[in-house]
Amino acid sequence: MSGAAISFSGQLINLFASVILLLAFAMLAQRRVMPLINLFALQGATLFLSTVVVAVSTGQHHLYWSAGLTLVLKVIALPLILHRLVRRLYVKWEVESLINIPTIMLVGIGLVIIAFNVALPISQLSDTITRGTLGIALATVMLAFLMMITRTKAIPQVVGFLSMENGLFLAATSATYGMPMVVELGIALDVLVGAIILGVFFFQIRDQFDSLDIRHMERLKDL
Amino acid sequence: MPTLLPIDTLLIAVCAWLAVGLAGLVAPRNTRFIAKTLFPAGALVGMLVGFVSLGSLGAAPETAVLAIGLPDLPFHLRLDSLTAIFGVLLGFISVGISIFAAGYFREGEGTAPGLLCLEYHAFLASMLMVLLADDAYAFMVAWESMALASFFLVTTNHQHAEIRRAGYLYLLIAHVGAISILLSFGVMTANSGDYTFSGMRGQHLSSFWASAAYLLALFGFGAKAGLVPVHVWLPEAHPAAPSPVSAMMSGVMLKTAIYGLLRVSFDLLGSPIWWWGVVALGVGLVTALFGVLYSTVQSDMKRLLAYSSIENIGLIAVGIGLTLIFHSYRMEALAALAMTAVLYHCLAHAGFKSLLFLCTGSVLHATKERSLGKLGGLIHRMPWVAWLALAGVIASAGLPPLSGFISEWLLLQAFLFSPGLPHPWLNMIVPVAAALVVLVAALAGFAMVKFYGIIFLGQMREESLKDAHDAGWWERAGLIWLALITLCLGIFPSSVILRIDAATRQLLGTGLSERMADHGWWMLAPISVERASYQPLVFLAVIVASVLLGRQLVHHLYHGRTRRSAAWDCGYFFQGPRAQDTAEGFSQPIRRIFEPMFRLTRHFPTARDTQPYYSVKVEDHFWHWLYLPLARLVGGISGLITLLQGGRIAIYLLYSFITLILLLLVARP
Repeated sequence: MSGAAISFSGQLINLFASVILLLAFAMLAQRRVMPLINLFALQGATLFLSTVVVAVSTGQHHLYWSAGLTLVLKVIALPLILHRLVRRLYVKWEVESLINIPTIMLVGIGLVIIAFNVALPISQLSDTITRGTLGIALATVMLAFLMMITRTKAIPQVVGFLSMENGLFLAATSATYGMPMVVELGIALDVLVGAIILGVFFFQIRDQFDSLDIRHMERLKDL
Repeated sequence: MPTLLPIDTLLIAVCAWLAVGLAGLVAPRNTRFIAKTLFPAGALVGMLVGFVSLGSLGAAPETAVLAIGLPDLPFHLRLDSLTAIFGVLLGFISVGISIFAAGYFREGEGTAPGLLCLEYHAFLASMLMVLLADDAYAFMVAWESMALASFFLVTTNHQHAEIRRAGYLYLLIAHVGAISILLSFGVMTANSGDYTFSGMRGQHLSSFWASAAYLLALFGFGAKAGLVPVHVWLPEAHPAAPSPVSAMMSGVMLKTAIYGLLRVSFDLLGSPIWWWGVVALGVGLVTALFGVLYSTVQSDMKRLLAYSSIENIGLIAVGIGLTLIFHSYRMEALAALAMTAVLYHCLAHAGFKSLLFLCTGSVLHATKERSLGKLGGLIHRMPWVAWLALAGVIASAGLPPLSGFISEWLLLQAFLFSPGLPHPWLNMIVPVAAALVVLVAALAGFAMVKFYGIIFLGQMREESLKDAHDAGWWERAGLIWLALITLCLGIFPSSVILRIDAATRQLLGTGLSERMADHGWWMLAPISVERASYQPLVFLAVIVASVLLGRQLVHHLYHGRTRRSAAWDCGYFFQGPRAQDTAEGFSQPIRRIFEPMFRLTRHFPTARDTQPYYSVKVEDHFWHWLYLPLARLVGGISGLITLLQGGRIAIYLLYSFITLILLLLVARP
């Protein structure tokens, strides 16, 4: 994409996408639970803004609905639920990571390179103004996945799962101006229900093991 | 008016057995009703099966198609002479075992009597279905029902861990065998999609595929029959099962495997290749020698009999091998002789081995002991069982005038006539094989002397044996029935062979009866009177006469004054029960001579031991060199798979992550 050809809204979208990627890295590096949830809320807010900009610049009305959903769910509801959970569960301690943070960052950079490489041919097929952000969306998904793998506590894993959904949403808006409304509603509801079920599970896990460390669950495998 | 064909009667018998079994569920804890009503009813059905099969020997084959089974895949049934001869075996042997079982099963032993009754009669019904089946589908359904019913019977006393282990081993090997049989049928259908046996008879397989089908069948049926090296379940399952079940499995179920092997190699595959016979001969010889050697060194009476069953199955396989060799060279007269020996030995072994297993059941009930080292002198307390067991022992040792002698004699006759084979190698192998068969027969005699002598003769080794009681009347009746079968098979061989001939004729196209017709029923001369003949009645008369004469002579000549003196006691100051030869001591020479054949773990006392003891444990080489490495291999491979399943969520996520990345990279446009 040549610099002169990009409109103001296009540049704005690219900026937001970069912020989302940056936030994904920040979440990967974050050691504490509360700031992690705040970062997640911030990522949701950026996603909301970027969706609104896409909606305004392309005139796709259903994207307003998507943006609204994002705002309600990912910026307000889910962070609130998670905050309450953390307070009720008294898990404000540091998040342990299986691999040390610098190594994870290096792996993350490798993933971003892979994601951009993979996304390049797809974005060339697309004719949306947001096509440049596809690589970023894929990278966000992968970084969230990486966070789920490397964290040992249950709450950061859930945050990783939700953040992955953010990446998927970004990918959808950037490649095809969003998914059909039914699918989007479905996914949003899934995420909400998933978060609530996981919240219930957290209590069960803590009752069982006196901890939210998922390494305790290794004993559950059948041998 | 529709007439009742024999095959219909047999089908009714199958249903009757199932009905008797289901009736056991009506009052599963009412031992009296089940033992004294249902088991005798099952025996009546067995009698019916025996006589109907006897009547249809030599008749034209009858077929039937049942409307049960899968859609478009009904059960095909067929009653021909081969089925009939094994039907005779199943029917008449089951009569004796069912009558015995009526007196045997008591309250409070493992599985509820009603359930046991169902399993037992389902076992009988499925064996009859195996014999009647005329397509691979019906055959496999009946075969697997038979395996399952017998598995549940073996694990009757499932509260003991070693019995569960024995049952598991049995089920495992039964299934490996069943897979092999299924593959063999698959090869024989030759992609025609026709699973009926008549369709398989019509296929003309190339020699490669025919050989593959034969070898698969040999392995599959060998696993059920107990051929080396898939024999290991037999010495575990037989001691674990209740005695009537051991008798049924050893006497009848092993023979259904022989039936299957005969059906496949002679009926379905048509013309055999000579080396098939050599394979069966070799496997049979190894099995027979292995079985008899291990049976001589056992200290558990039921294990001893189980190994003896392996030996007999080996002899039957030798006979089948010999038949295949002769048949492939179109030496039909000799093939008929060997086949007659095979079928005769099936009948004889079914009779005497079930008799012996039932006797061990009576001894077990009377003494609560299975170990030979704690028995002895039981002939004083259990004369009925002891004398009836003697019949089984003589037959099993292959001595005249009982059944075992006839079949082994016929088999050896077949060997003696073999120098006419048009193959130099075979002419060299066959005499060696004959010599080994004779060795096996002699060692079988040794094992039987040990079995009988240690259990019934001498002095009682334990105080508690003084309370042993003889078998009840039901048990005695069952034993007498089987002893009579053994006796008749020994005394009237010509009449029996004329009946067997129908099956031989069906499989080989020729029988022995032409050559035997001109001799009377009292004389057995399979080829010609000049070569060899045997007159069982004359033999019996001579034995009886000489025994009576000897007794009279001793009675009259001996002066009757008993002297008691200690002068020549040869150092035995005290001749107590502990000074008798033990089971281990009796077989010590065999253990010494054939030492490389056994895996021995011995403990000798030293001079300084305060509590000296001697122990010897004989284990199976196959178990250590074949089964344990195989089990370790399977365990190792399964262990590799559990490595994948680490139990850590991070690892599971990593799997999907790596898969995702790889797919993204591979699927790039």
